[in-house]
Amino acid sequence: MTVAADIPAWVALTTAALLLVGAGLTITGTLGLLRLDNFYKRVHAPTLGSTLGAGLVLIASMIWFTTLQTRLVIHEVLIAVFMTVTTPVTLMLLVRAAFSRDQKAKEAHDILDAQGKVQDAPENRHGRASEPS
Amino acid sequence: MSMAILGWSIIISQILLALAMACATVRILIGPRAQDRVLALDALYVSGMLLMLTFGIRTGSVIYFDVALLIAVLGFVGTAAFAKFLMRGEVIE
Repeated sequence: MTVAADIPAWVALTTAALLLVGAGLTITGTLGLLRLDNFYKRVHAPTLGSTLGAGLVLIASMIWFTTLQTRLVIHEVLIAVFMTVTTPVTLMLLVRAAFSRDQKAKEAHDILDAQGKVQDAPENRHGRASEPS
Repeated sequence: MSMAILGWSIIISQILLALAMACATVRILIGPRAQDRVLALDALYVSGMLLMLTFGIRTGSVIYFDVALLIAVLGFVGTAAFAKFLMRGEVIE
C-alpha cells in the first residue's frame, strides 16, 4: 500500500467489504460453472460474477479513487455500462449457437437411428455429454 | 487499523479471484463441448478484469483501469466471434 494514513476509516472499511462481497460472488459463479451438469444450466452461473460481482468491485474502485485523489473519479462507469450491454448479447449469441448445434446433433442421431446404426444405451440418447465436440 | 483490514481484504479478494480464474481454466480444459469452453473463457476474462481492478486499488494507480477496460472490450469481441463461429462455421461472411 502506497497511500497515506489520512484516509477515513469508513472509506477503507466500505471498500474492503465491497471487494470481499464482489470477489465472493465471482468465485460462487465460477464454482457453479464448474459444478453444474448441463450447458444450459452452466450458462446462468458466471453471470453472477459479471453483473453483481463486477458492479460491487467497480463501486469499491470508484469510492477508493475518489477518496485517494480528492476529486470525483467515476470512469469505472464505462466498464459497468459496457459489461451491462455486452453480457446479454454474447450469452444470447452463445446459447443460440449451442442450441442449433444440439439440434443438428439430434437430427444426425435420428437419421442414424432410423438406419439402425446406433448402438448406445437408450438413456444416453440425445445426451449432450456423450456427443463429440 | 482500518487500513490493515483493507490490505487483508484486498489480498483475500485477489486469492478468491485467482481461484475463480482457476475454476474457469479447469472448465476450459475438461469442458465436454466447444460451447462450454467458450463460456468458460468468458468467465475467465471477467475474473481477470476484476483482478486487474483489485490490483489498481492495491497500488493506488489508475493505469490498471485502462487494462481492465481493454480486457472487457477484447473479451467481448472474442466471445462474440467464437459464438458466431460456432453458429455458422465462419466469423466473417
